[in-house]
Amino acid sequence: MQYLFSVIHDAATLATDDEMAAIDVFNDKLVADGHWVFAGGLGGPTTATVIDNRGGDALFTDGPFLESKEYLAGFWIVEAEDLDVALKLAAEGSKACNRKVEVRPFL
Amino acid sequence: MSDVDAAVTRAHRGEWARVVAALTRRFGDLDIAEEAAAEAFATAVERWPTDGVPPNPGAWLTTTANRKAIDRIRRESKRDDKQKEAQLLYDDDPPEPLGVIDDERLRLIFTCCHPALAMETRVALTLRMVGGLTVAEIARAFLVQEPAMGRRITRAKDKIKAARIPYRVPSAEDLPSRVSGVLAVLFLVFNEGYLATGPGTDPVRHDLTAEAIRLTRLIRALLPDDGEVAGLLALMLLTEARRTARVSAAGELVTLDEQDRGAWDTTLVAEGHRLVRERIATGVPPGRYQLLAAINAVHTHARDIRDTDWSQVVALYDQLARLDPSPIVALNRAIAVAELDGPDVALAAVERLEDRLAGYHAYHATRADLLRRLGRSPAARAAYDQAIALAGNTAETAYLTRRRDQLARP
Repeated sequence: MQYLFSVIHDAATLATDDEMAAIDVFNDKLVADGHWVFAGGLGGPTTATVIDNRGGDALFTDGPFLESKEYLAGFWIVEAEDLDVALKLAAEGSKACNRKVEVRPFL
Repeated sequence: MSDVDAAVTRAHRGEWARVVAALTRRFGDLDIAEEAAAEAFATAVERWPTDGVPPNPGAWLTTTANRKAIDRIRRESKRDDKQKEAQLLYDDDPPEPLGVIDDERLRLIFTCCHPALAMETRVALTLRMVGGLTVAEIARAFLVQEPAMGRRITRAKDKIKAARIPYRVPSAEDLPSRVSGVLAVLFLVFNEGYLATGPGTDPVRHDLTAEAIRLTRLIRALLPDDGEVAGLLALMLLTEARRTARVSAAGELVTLDEQDRGAWDTTLVAEGHRLVRERIATGVPPGRYQLLAAINAVHTHARDIRDTDWSQVVALYDQLARLDPSPIVALNRAIAVAELDGPDVALAAVERLEDRLAGYHAYHATRADLLRRLGRSPAARAAYDQAIALAGNTAETAYLTRRRDQLARP
């Protein structure tokens, strides 16, 4: 079972050196314990472009699809046997990156 | 009620959670388990009057529910899924031995009270899956429309399935916090029954208090060594014992000092006292529910309000405040302090809580009572007005209104 951990941030700041170091430790642990699938940090919402090609005529919009104070700053995809395991990992991840984390299952 | 009706009611109370738990374990799906259990009970209502009550109603219900579940899975399974279908067809196991099923009910409770679910969702799911209340009954209990309650329960089942909330008893390291999560759900159900809110509702919802006690007894049977479970049960019993004395014939709240103590349920009081004594005898430091139960034990021990050991009550509140430094504990402590050191001392303590409790009716009601006792009628009147505006319980509103109207006119 895979879960997406969305890292939620509410300021235009990047991770500090301490936070990056803690994230590295957490990532190593994910790999060592067999939970690691993928992870990444994202550029801020101002770097986003929304594309709507539903009408066959691709329309580009500068900026995120949703203007809000909180935004997706990065993510992990982890392998965990159930939500209890995922929540424990997410709690560690939140502490490591010093940000809120939303957990959602892949279908 | 006929013998058969009584047997169905008894089976529903005794077996519902077992059947749902056993089916959830077997099919790994709460929705299938719930629906099949409901169908099995509907079949019992239909068949038992003519076929007679089976010798082992629980086994009959589990077997019937198993068949209903298999029927549904077969209906839903795709045509190319023949192998799985055949397996289900022949895997019609007899019910598992009792001890194992008891464990299953515990899994069910912990799943329904999972911390990833919102509190109101946990309450609704526990009442449905463990308590066997219908969606309509739960909706009525919490003053929500039935479709809205139905959606809340459906969403919860979907989340449990999609996010894979595990169906198991938590590990030893997580158990204390998870048990306290379960107790919080049961205490909330009890309190909603004990101090029912809403203008059109009965002041005491005996159905909810009884259900909370029944489920807490079940948890106690499953976790007999947990002190807080025993404490919560004792607290509920000692509170429930005073139920009939707490509301007058006219539907008005009767405060502890004015209650007819002869009307208290002595059996419940005795059971509550026994549980409190049992916990004290263990020598293990008490938790929050055990302390609340002990406070209620002191109250119910006194044959007359004047015999109340107020210094003991205050000492227990001091102990509670160390575990739970909430302003509500401080407010209740002040009420006991008024009896020990006088209303002026208590009033000073109460008014220090204003910042945090200004929106809570009991803060204003307590302050009003202390001001009244100090003869400060205009201030008391204003405080009663604020309490009445915030109180949601009809019996409490009636009591506060009478008290206010009895104050000396300015």
